[in-house]
Amino acid sequence: MQRDPASSFQDMILALHDFWSAKGGCLILQPYDMRMGAGTFHTATTLRALGPEPWNAAFVQPCRRPTDGRYGENPNRLQHYYQYQVILKPSPPDIQDLYLESLRVIGIDPLKHDIRFVEDDWESPTLGAWGLGWEVWCDGMEVTQFTYFQQMGGFDCKPVAGELTYGLERLAMYIQGVDNVYDLDFNGRGTTYGDVFLENERQMSKWNFEVADTAALFDLFAKAEAECRNCLANDVPIAAYEQAVEASHVFNLLQARGVISVQERASYMARVRDLARSSCEAYAAKMTPEWQAKYPEWVL
Amino acid sequence: MSDFLLELRCEEIPARMQAGARAELGKLLRRELAAAGIDAGDVTVWSTPRRLALIAKGLPDATEAVSEEAKGPPEGAPDAALEGFCRKNGVTKDQLQLRDVKGRPTWFAIIDKPGRATRDVLAEAIPAVVRDFAWPKSMRWGEASLSTESPRWVRPLSGIVAILGEDLVECEAAGVASGFATLGHRFHHSGPVTIGGAHDYAEKLRACHVIVDHEERAALIREGAARAAGDAGLALVEDEGLVVENAGLTEWPLPLLGRFDEAFLDVPPEVIQLTARVNQKYFVANDGAGKLANAFVCTANIAADDGGAAIVEGNRKVLAARLSDARFFWEQDRKTTLAEHAKKLERITFHEKLGTVADKVERVAKLARWLVDEGIVVETPLPSGKAPGVGGATSRPSSTHPQPLPSREGASLADLAEQAARLAKADLVTEMVGEFPELQGVMGGYYARAEGLDPQVADAIRDHYKPMGQGDEVPTAPVTVAVSLADKLDTLAGFFMKGLKPTGSKDPFALRRASLGVLAVTIEGNLRGKLAIWLAEARNGFREQGIEDERPHLETQTVRAELQQQFARVFMADIREFIADRLKVQQREAGVRHDLIDAVFALGGEDDLVRLLARVKALQHYIETAEGADLLAAYKRAANILKKEGWASPTASTPLPEGEGPGVGVGGATPPPPQTHPQPIPSREGALNTQGIARTGEEDPLSMVDDPDMAAVIKAQLEEKKNKSLSYTPDDAEEALIAALDSAEPAAVRAVEAEDFAGAMSALATLRGPIDRFFEEVTVNDPNRDKRAARLGLLARFRDAVHRVADFGRIEG
Repeated sequence: MQRDPASSFQDMILALHDFWSAKGGCLILQPYDMRMGAGTFHTATTLRALGPEPWNAAFVQPCRRPTDGRYGENPNRLQHYYQYQVILKPSPPDIQDLYLESLRVIGIDPLKHDIRFVEDDWESPTLGAWGLGWEVWCDGMEVTQFTYFQQMGGFDCKPVAGELTYGLERLAMYIQGVDNVYDLDFNGRGTTYGDVFLENERQMSKWNFEVADTAALFDLFAKAEAECRNCLANDVPIAAYEQAVEASHVFNLLQARGVISVQERASYMARVRDLARSSCEAYAAKMTPEWQAKYPEWVL
Repeated sequence: MSDFLLELRCEEIPARMQAGARAELGKLLRRELAAAGIDAGDVTVWSTPRRLALIAKGLPDATEAVSEEAKGPPEGAPDAALEGFCRKNGVTKDQLQLRDVKGRPTWFAIIDKPGRATRDVLAEAIPAVVRDFAWPKSMRWGEASLSTESPRWVRPLSGIVAILGEDLVECEAAGVASGFATLGHRFHHSGPVTIGGAHDYAEKLRACHVIVDHEERAALIREGAARAAGDAGLALVEDEGLVVENAGLTEWPLPLLGRFDEAFLDVPPEVIQLTARVNQKYFVANDGAGKLANAFVCTANIAADDGGAAIVEGNRKVLAARLSDARFFWEQDRKTTLAEHAKKLERITFHEKLGTVADKVERVAKLARWLVDEGIVVETPLPSGKAPGVGGATSRPSSTHPQPLPSREGASLADLAEQAARLAKADLVTEMVGEFPELQGVMGGYYARAEGLDPQVADAIRDHYKPMGQGDEVPTAPVTVAVSLADKLDTLAGFFMKGLKPTGSKDPFALRRASLGVLAVTIEGNLRGKLAIWLAEARNGFREQGIEDERPHLETQTVRAELQQQFARVFMADIREFIADRLKVQQREAGVRHDLIDAVFALGGEDDLVRLLARVKALQHYIETAEGADLLAAYKRAANILKKEGWASPTASTPLPEGEGPGVGVGGATPPPPQTHPQPIPSREGALNTQGIARTGEEDPLSMVDDPDMAAVIKAQLEEKKNKSLSYTPDDAEEALIAALDSAEPAAVRAVEAEDFAGAMSALATLRGPIDRFFEEVTVNDPNRDKRAARLGLLARFRDAVHRVADFGRIEG
């Protein structure tokens, strides 16, 4: 079937799926069914970056950044948007070529547009993770974050995974030549991104900034933290990790509501970090015997 | 002789690391070759984002064969010894030769080391270079990274070209085998490029759209950007940092000019330039009038078919989005007054031990006002030509008395200074400074002006961080000076109170810079007053907020007061020493000798930086004359004799002058006492009493004389002094020196007090003749104890007279 990524947001996503499925050997996964700030939080990225087993996957992940909400009035900023994630473990030697080929597939000609790999190292203290890589520029616009994971959950990545995170709306705006995200053609038949999401942005911005019951949010944070501990105590680290993701998002909402002072902020971040790292550690510890059964030489 | 080419190809190397990497590659390869006995000679290193390349010209084809001899045991030594010697040298017994050593036949092994082919040396050197290469940050990658011991490089290493002459140097490093093939431009050329050797490397790559010489790319960018701006009738704002960075981001650079919406020019030019530079790595340009134009120059890495039209359009959109954000911040920030913004400062911690930024603002505001109230910062600063010192006596009202201040439009200087200080940090919580921290101060200045605040206040907010380093502009506008000085004094006092002094090269709170700032502002503005008192006042600001000196646990109430005093003293001594060090650094460039600064500082009483410097300069002027050198020699002779006789050096004690150093500010909220006036002019009787051992009048004047015999004598002499006479008739030369001292000493003191340091030097100069004559004609070490004591006392008087001006003991040479 013919895709038309140049005039359809959904075709662009489908073209990426086709490409990474066929050329990258990736599993095409679905979004994680939880609110999260970045595709990196998906267990297909974080937890799968641990351990020795090969893992190639691609998926769209809706991301929520409450503080980026602009009530639908800013042409570039959204509190809810999509990332396209590709995770390739171990990182293949031709990963850059594969990536550039994927850009061609969605209609970016690197002899017409200036594609550049500009140093941008990645670090997530929350996840105890860091990596080296670039932000990829297309005519000066950052369209992808490209990272070689070196550590996750405080553990060395063995082997190293390559992670690609495409900013889908940005790319589509570029390819379709529109200046306002809400003007994007969603399906190539005239339904716009605004038709789908504008009202959502208005209401969710209002909720994030003005309405959300802060007492309830503080309560949710405390409950997620407690449940994470409960999960850890009962050796279900994936469930614990979900609670860490939940706590992280609730913290972001509290930030948007402006009820966390500068001093408190550091302490909340430390608490989220502790949950996420403990979950990753517990997961790695639980999986190690299985990993070592397949890779006898491998150590955590 | 052959030329050697090495190319290490990898994924994009961060631009900022390329210069270091070139140096590292050259260094490591030289090291490896040198270890094999090859001098690498002429080495060129190039870099692009995707490769490091090295060319070494004229390498020998092989290392030279060497024959080494090893001396073994003498003939007839035990077999075991001989066998051991053979084993060690890898020879058999029948290969040994007997030679005569001092009449004794001795075994020798001749070891022939054949020359090695340079190609073999290189084949070992390259993996070593890759292995040992020090990147600021390196990573593992790929399948090999299953083990933590896998190779590391800045980004995945993907190719090695190693050719000596026209022959491949076969080797493998980080899992990559060497070959003749490399890659050209990522987009302009596909497939491998086969390199013949060092001779065709650069040209073959050029044909594949890669300019491998980074300097050539930099020149293309520098000239191309200027030309692009020039063609549009504009002048490029030169930025060498951007040139180098863009050269590190491209293999085939092509500067392109674009335009952005003129409406964005409402936003302050600093913001536009920073947005373009930091976020997008674009140059900006000025119009004919020198004002920022609505243009940018980006550097593309391809030569696009459409001449770059699509690239420029894309970049324009990105910049427009960035500038929209900036304009949003600019508009948003101005909806709130700086005073409102400032309220949020209590949410920002300045330092965990020193309270919030709001606390700092409160202290700085009070201190800025105090600096004006005390007459330290005045409306019209004294022109620096009228500084004290070298010229004649300049009289200035004592700095302790506040002067009536002229008011301007109803607001006094003190009010303006306080107002500016209260608003100076408000921009830290604005959106714009959150985005561009470099614009702190600058934005506050814009916002203050937009609010319609007094221009002096706006300027003070903008400039109060200055000077940011040696060579930066030093503020002179009075309101700015008050805020700038108060801010820096507060920072210095606070961190020193908590013992958070810089150590070695670590200065996390930029205290050296703060200190240099205090010096520059004070000297440039000709600000008069005692640094110790300013710092004490700054320290009081902390104590009023309940922020105390960091000190060991206090056991009881009773020791508290005493300990506080001790800490106050340590604090003051520490911080002054620190500032004195900075002063030396700062003045070095101006050609002022550091030992002379020491010499004046060592007296302790000199705490007025402007006067201190005038004094140092007068001293330097004098000491570099023949006469000055003579006097210095006489001083050293006198000091040596006194030292030998156990007369302690007068300045070995605390560097703090009486009445001002340690005590000030200890009382907490009480304001410092008015400055005490310089010591009374000593008379002949008082002469001995001024050598620094009896400064407060409470200490035992003899406590520092360690020779009990001499102590007794001096004691007797002190008694005698009261009678104003000697027990013997002095020699002529002795008499002459006494007379000279009688007139020179008070003259020097008067001149110092009048800040006529040239006059003080002249007064000292009158001592040179008499002291020389004294040394020539008078025997100090007279058998008569009284004479000896009197003469030593006279030398001490001479030494002390000199100390009226400076501690000559600290002067080198």
